[in-house]
Amino acid sequence: MKFFNSKTLEPSGVDTTDNASTEPDKEQPWQELGLKQDEYEEIKNILGRRPTSSELAMYSVMWSEHCSYKSSKIYLRQFGEKVTDEMKKYLMVGMGENAGVVDIGEGLAVTFKVESHNHPSFIEPFQGAATGVGGIVRDILSMGARPIAIMDQLRFGAPNHPDTARVVHGVVDGISFYGNCLGLPNIGGETVFDSVYQGNPLVNALSIGSMKHEDLKLAKASNPGDLVILFGARTGADGIGGVSVLASETFESTGPTKRPAVQVGDPFAEKVLIECCLELFHAGVVAGIQDLGGAGISCATSELASNGGKGMRVQLKNVLLRDESLTPEEILMSESQERMCAVVPKKRLKEFESIVNKWEVEYSVLGDVIDEDRLYINWGHEEIVNVPPRTVAHDGPVYERPVAYPAYQNELNENSSAKLPRAKNATELATQLMQLIATPNQADKSWITAQYDKYVGGNTALSMPDDSGMIRVSEESGLGVALATDANGKYAYLNPYEGARLALAEAYRNVAVTGAVPRAVTNCLNFGSPENPEVMWQFKEATAGLADACLELGIPVTGGNVSFYNQSGDVAIYPTPVVGVLGVIDDVARRIPSGWQDDGNNIYLLGTTYDELDGSAWAKDIHDHLGGQPPKLDLAKEKLLADLLHGASIQGLIESAHDLSEGGLGIAVLEASLRFNVGARIWLGDVLDRDGIDQTTALFSESQTRVLVSVGREDDVKFQALCDARGVPCLRIGVTDATSGLVEIKDIADLKLDDIRQGWSGVMSGLFG
Amino acid sequence: MKIGVITYPGTLDDRDAQRAIRLAGGTPVPLWHDDDDLKKVDAVVLPGGFSYGDYLRCGAIAAKAPATKEVIRLAAKGLPVLGICNGFQVLVESHLLPGGLIRNEKQHFICRDQKLRVENNETAWTSLFEKDQEILIPLKNGEGGYIATDDTLKMLEQENRIAFRYVENNPNGSMNDIAGITNERGNVVGLMPHPEHAVEAGFGPDTPTAMRSGIDGLLFFESVLKMVVNS
Repeated sequence: MKFFNSKTLEPSGVDTTDNASTEPDKEQPWQELGLKQDEYEEIKNILGRRPTSSELAMYSVMWSEHCSYKSSKIYLRQFGEKVTDEMKKYLMVGMGENAGVVDIGEGLAVTFKVESHNHPSFIEPFQGAATGVGGIVRDILSMGARPIAIMDQLRFGAPNHPDTARVVHGVVDGISFYGNCLGLPNIGGETVFDSVYQGNPLVNALSIGSMKHEDLKLAKASNPGDLVILFGARTGADGIGGVSVLASETFESTGPTKRPAVQVGDPFAEKVLIECCLELFHAGVVAGIQDLGGAGISCATSELASNGGKGMRVQLKNVLLRDESLTPEEILMSESQERMCAVVPKKRLKEFESIVNKWEVEYSVLGDVIDEDRLYINWGHEEIVNVPPRTVAHDGPVYERPVAYPAYQNELNENSSAKLPRAKNATELATQLMQLIATPNQADKSWITAQYDKYVGGNTALSMPDDSGMIRVSEESGLGVALATDANGKYAYLNPYEGARLALAEAYRNVAVTGAVPRAVTNCLNFGSPENPEVMWQFKEATAGLADACLELGIPVTGGNVSFYNQSGDVAIYPTPVVGVLGVIDDVARRIPSGWQDDGNNIYLLGTTYDELDGSAWAKDIHDHLGGQPPKLDLAKEKLLADLLHGASIQGLIESAHDLSEGGLGIAVLEASLRFNVGARIWLGDVLDRDGIDQTTALFSESQTRVLVSVGREDDVKFQALCDARGVPCLRIGVTDATSGLVEIKDIADLKLDDIRQGWSGVMSGLFG
Repeated sequence: MKIGVITYPGTLDDRDAQRAIRLAGGTPVPLWHDDDDLKKVDAVVLPGGFSYGDYLRCGAIAAKAPATKEVIRLAAKGLPVLGICNGFQVLVESHLLPGGLIRNEKQHFICRDQKLRVENNETAWTSLFEKDQEILIPLKNGEGGYIATDDTLKMLEQENRIAFRYVENNPNGSMNDIAGITNERGNVVGLMPHPEHAVEAGFGPDTPTAMRSGIDGLLFFESVLKMVVNS
């Protein structure tokens, strides 16, 4: 390895550690790089001198909110603290790694995580969304797993706002382009429209991967002498954003022209990289692996060294470049996509080379692991970085930001939906139902999902529009996993603590209705500015709600992501804690669809309906009202319901099961009918009597812990007995009808399936072409 | 019976094609793009995906790969070849089949369950279908619009070389609703939809009988296996 270029020992003009000692008082643009005065002082304190411009770049980006979680850390701890030993039973790798790893049995494990790419997706929707997918897939890959599916959680502004189509088209095209080209089935997700996301759409992407237990890889460099190898795409000037102030200061205008801050993705390069990595893993030539995402080489080198408790020596001139004029600071910061960093024992280098050559993937040896708590980075013969790796990667600042109960909160909670007029008669109820199913939030999303490949891999057992995605992991046994993600920003705005619990409960229920058993949780916490104490209060409440609810349901958080600063001007988005739940199913052949398929099956409503219209789709979309308190949640009952569904699925008693959520029972009945174009006759009289509610409440209340199931007549007695034995409220409210082409709701309306479909299916294409 | 499946960089549905061959009763043989040894297989599948990232033109670079060159040579001698989606694009770029494939009419990638009519059941890959049989298999492509000159279209129609046509809905603006075609000899077939995704109950398209129960794609592979056995 060359650390010194014998020909040129002339100073190159870069800011070296020697300069830092000899020119201690040089002005540095720490403010422009987003550092606070005390953070800059702390860096000087750590180093015992001023940082070089390269070190400053590294610290500034690694200590950013995005990389260091400095505002959220104190709250995220509770996900690791509020757990029992029982909850850890299946947890092979918990929080802090690239993604959590969960044992699913048969010697197999899955790793899954959801991450945000919100800001880039507003600036440049196509590349922002595409690289969001690419980034999360590399996180999964770096655990040693083969990525097997993706999902996307999207929140856009008002559907009729002039800018929304730009974002929707770009984001959907970007996900479609990248995910399809990677050969990963897209098995589900969410699409929500609300003007609160107008200037700040949310683009969250989830990926899941599978592996054998023994294939688990960790991002650490723990053996001195091992080589540090960068491979994949070349390093270019994309995504260097803020660091350009250093370049412009250090050099005259000889540098590259300033590229947009959003990275550019090449899914072909990533697909080849995935196959190449899997072959490297299989050959056992990799001792540690880290993907390059935010903060690029700065992050990969410092984290690998810090995780392994060792140090590293790196020659930055060995980095293969797309643009030879890049400065060392830019190379350190570049967020060029489709790159990985491997730690490889010296004696395995030949094997490593032959595999990467087979895949025609470029690589270069950057340096080696050293038995010293130091990360040295050279630029030719000049030392430009000399830091303790842990101070960059893990010991960043931690803030306990001010928290304040929002000034608007009481008024918001007092403004209940009770004052809204209930539907006066059957005609009005029917009109409201047909209106709701044709709102962009409830309408058919196949305009989006039809742009995603759901078939590739041949293991997709469920995908949109069913309640969860489901993927077979073992072709031999049929063992598989179900995944659902949910968040209701309106609920979380009304009450962030409850909103987070409700998001978890819904994802949990969505997994349970498929027949799978919920096992683990991931999350992507999308919030406004942490510098706003009211936002920080929302964050504090939501994280506490989620951690408490996970403890109560007995499923651990395995990892996640925080996205702050989601706001336009001073107006923050609704707090949007996206919660993903992973379930395990012993045989995917047992999975339950969300719609009824056969004629003459009994339809049961499980759970109790209360007068809970605050924060509902009915209140928002019919009456333009948002206020009050979100629905109540009893997680003990939620657990009972999930157990019942699992038991009934094992015994083969249920033909379909669909979770009741936004839009309530009315929307759930229509969705279950639309799924396979099979109608139903529904009567609400018994629900009204038993629960003491009116028709509007029966149709539109968003009470929790409710599921709509269809049961074959031959299984009726058994099913009811099962519900009674477990104490789950169960009421027969209808029967399926495959011939009438109608959804008949007694005393309210006979709705033609064709009319419902017409209203429901044309909305997205009507809006977006 | 050995059926080869070529993997190019960027190929995605190779494992699916291998599974389809296995489920049909054959032995799948993985073939590598850079190797002109086709390992004495009895037939070859060029699977779907984005070979070389669709750079230059879909299938254009893969058409020049050593393995493809060997396929071209052996196809002239009667080796059964099936090109699915990107594989169809490779066959067109290799001039084993005429015409071209362009961006879908509506510009979007589209993934849907697609009804097709079997127009020609005398090819190596369609002999177990009834003529005019309607089948349902997944379609997923961004550049699936079939185009050809008037003369070529006329020739294809006259010589009964249109293997499959889209029924009810032409998803990508293909001329004459063409979903797939065959060469003169009937050993080379290319189509945009994906038979390998409709081979296993539980993972295929929805049918009126049950969710994801469609397995119409299996007959493609069983057809070629039967032909190989008989020859």
